[in-house]
Amino acid sequence: MEPIILTFDVNGDDFSVAGEASSAVKKHLKQLGFPPDLIRRVAIAMYEGEINMVIHADGGVATAEINETGVKITLADRGPGIKDVNLAMQEGYSTAPEEVRNLGFGAGMGLPNIKKYSDDLKIETELGVGTTLTIQINM
Amino acid sequence: MKLAEIRNLLDAEVLCCPEGLENEVKSACGSDMMSDVLAYVKDQGILLTGLVNPQTVRTAQMMDMKCIVFVRGKRPEQNVLELAEDNDITVLATDYRMYTACGILYANGLFSEGVDKV
Repeated sequence: MEPIILTFDVNGDDFSVAGEASSAVKKHLKQLGFPPDLIRRVAIAMYEGEINMVIHADGGVATAEINETGVKITLADRGPGIKDVNLAMQEGYSTAPEEVRNLGFGAGMGLPNIKKYSDDLKIETELGVGTTLTIQINM
Repeated sequence: MKLAEIRNLLDAEVLCCPEGLENEVKSACGSDMMSDVLAYVKDQGILLTGLVNPQTVRTAQMMDMKCIVFVRGKRPEQNVLELAEDNDITVLATDYRMYTACGILYANGLFSEGVDKV
């Protein structure tokens, strides 16, 4: 199959619409007939990343590249960057403010969860410049 | 267990997608923390929660859940119900608190999936 590339602007101002990009990718994969297990892993990993972009980085651009071997998700933001990636990868570590926890997120499970559901996770981050996550999920 | 039975056990109001009441679910989870739902839940058909923002529906959607039960008498706004409707997720609302609602379902044979301890 020809690779399909879906690109979304993730709005950082409106928490209520966070997840729209992940939802669209999930529906697309369903239409293409991908196996449910892969679809769920893609949906969860991308959704966690999308939420992070809204909570921490004022939005950005999300891309999903779909081919017969799997899905590559790229989440690029122009946020503050991650100070200590090793710490951010620890379950339970979070820098999210109280108001984000009141919305049901910020438990420090986002990045560990993305890693758990993906086959490969690459984090490129620079303080004051932004963060790009590249998430590969294979069939 | 059918969603219709869950509605009866929890004395719940159906807020959207009543056509889903005939759906069967085998397990449930209860949490106000969507991060934890995304991290620990596996194959649960229902989410019990007191959190009423749209991300509750998004989380249920990502996890392929069929039903959300809002506890503690919480009622979501219309946009939340519309999102649930778009995704064929039945929404119930009960006045029971989380602990009691989960206890009623558990006592009636609706367990959580797999290991309970993380």
